[in-house]
Amino acid sequence: MPDQLIFAMEVTLNGLLNGVMYALVALGFVLIFKASGIFNYAQGVMALFAAMTLVGIQQGRVPFGHLINEIFGTDIHYFGWEVPALAAILLTALVMIGFAILAQRFVFRHLVGQEPIILFMATIGLAYFLEGVSDLMWGSEIRNLDVGLPQGINDSIDAVTFNLFGYGFFIDNLDITAAIVATVLVAGLIAFAQYTKQGRAMRAVADDHQAALSVGIKLNYVWVLVWSLAGIVALVAGIMWGSKSGVQFSLSLIALKALPVLMLGGFTSIPGAIIGGLIIGVGEALFEFAIGPMIGGATENWFAYVLALVFLVFRPQGLFGEKIIERV
Amino acid sequence: MLDQPEQTQSGGAMPEKAAAETLLEVTNIEVIYNHVILVLKGVSLKVPKGGITALLGGNGAGKTTTLKAISNLLHSERGEVTKGMITYRGERIQHLTPSELVDRGVIQVMEGRHCFEHLTVEENLLTGAYTRRDGKGAIAADLEMVYTYFPRLKERRTSQAGYTSGGEQQMTAIGRALMSRPETILLDEPSMGLAPQLVEQIFDIVKRLNEEQGVTFLLAEQNTNVALRFAHYGYILESGRVVMDGPAAELRENPDVKEFYLGMSEEGRKSFRDVRSYRRRKRWLS
Repeated sequence: MPDQLIFAMEVTLNGLLNGVMYALVALGFVLIFKASGIFNYAQGVMALFAAMTLVGIQQGRVPFGHLINEIFGTDIHYFGWEVPALAAILLTALVMIGFAILAQRFVFRHLVGQEPIILFMATIGLAYFLEGVSDLMWGSEIRNLDVGLPQGINDSIDAVTFNLFGYGFFIDNLDITAAIVATVLVAGLIAFAQYTKQGRAMRAVADDHQAALSVGIKLNYVWVLVWSLAGIVALVAGIMWGSKSGVQFSLSLIALKALPVLMLGGFTSIPGAIIGGLIIGVGEALFEFAIGPMIGGATENWFAYVLALVFLVFRPQGLFGEKIIERV
Repeated sequence: MLDQPEQTQSGGAMPEKAAAETLLEVTNIEVIYNHVILVLKGVSLKVPKGGITALLGGNGAGKTTTLKAISNLLHSERGEVTKGMITYRGERIQHLTPSELVDRGVIQVMEGRHCFEHLTVEENLLTGAYTRRDGKGAIAADLEMVYTYFPRLKERRTSQAGYTSGGEQQMTAIGRALMSRPETILLDEPSMGLAPQLVEQIFDIVKRLNEEQGVTFLLAEQNTNVALRFAHYGYILESGRVVMDGPAAELRENPDVKEFYLGMSEEGRKSFRDVRSYRRRKRWLS
């Protein structure tokens, strides 16, 4: 087998796994957009906040430590205990649910029946607010996140491919874990949306707020539910990206990578987010591999957006987005 | 004849059940949208248990607003009831959420159907049972009950509601309301955009539901002719006021109603000028 082809296979595989990571972020957007028609600009910052909180809890940091020390002249930074990873993750999930309740209570509840653009503006405000809170609570240094996920090269894939092609593929264990977690998460979310009463209510709210109100669905409750789910998806994305590249401000920018994924997969489709993520992941990896060297490389930075643009022209609802049903 | 339903009500809403208890009572409500637009200027009405009460009037008369004021869907449209009182079984219901009202047996079927487009017909019906806590068995039984009234819906149960016809959507919307086991349905403009035959069919079902299931209806309708044939009692709204009310049979025979809402006249066709001057006179009186 020619070397080029073997490389291409490795690149594709890595691209697929990378795509899963994009899809994880995109999922959070889809959830909120489906249920409330809000494009949640804060999704990336929520991932950052979740990862920061997780690290903080795990290491036993004092929240608002800087602030407390500044005001009272004390010098405390740590509680002096360490929380096991699983417990820390559960606590962080609770924090995200708390955030969902507060956001609903103080922001979105007052905006029922407003234009989508106004809700979008509100999420921009929310994003900057959360960014500030995140800094204030846990500081802005780069942190290492380690919840015990397997890291480094996967030896068995390396061995198998070496025997087959005489060349071992470098596939990161973390990427494989992310793919498995994402699959489970998506299956769970789809099952929830399709087969439970609350899931049905969620989809009903997405279709028509007024009608949902009229049959007695509590909008506030459903929205808190949706924001909580989005918060938990943000937490998972935060864990994966945080383990991969450290917890730092740039984590909130992965949201930008989710945009082309959404345009490809459709804003309203959970499977679409996954497939879109995979296409972008593989597409940009292969493009960089095949065309990149000819035009000076660094095509990853723009390839996804160009692909999204093409989609906007020819299929604005994305691959799997709900068709815009219009009857006269 | 004008404005004060309390005085004219004494004739009895329904001849056959003269002593029927009043379920819903609206007393002199005023509704303002966006803090400035006055839409209802003192509407009063009574809905007796087991009756079909019609709320008639042209575009912008305030029919929908009255229904939404009762079901409390006004809030999400930036409207509020600023004066007056709405009671259901003697309890004031203005501060209740739509969800709490559905719990108490009052549900609204909105104008223009408002089905959940991307849900299937059956899922649409099931959302109507959202507030119920009496178990899956009872809900499944009611689903069958809805299908016996609307056999067409059973055929379309797996289609996305957005792709069904206008008539099927209206049936879905009524069926969805039925799934909440309502005592009173506030039915807004069921005839809108439907062929006359379908309108007849929908009203037939409303009548059957009323007689067989004992559902009380408050019905807002522009199609005065059909509404007065099926209703027991009627209120006529004009520019946010009740200008006339009475038993449906009486309203049907009333010369003014005949002329303005049923399009019939005893002296043949009238010139438009007379109509306009009459309207002005009536406004002054009311």
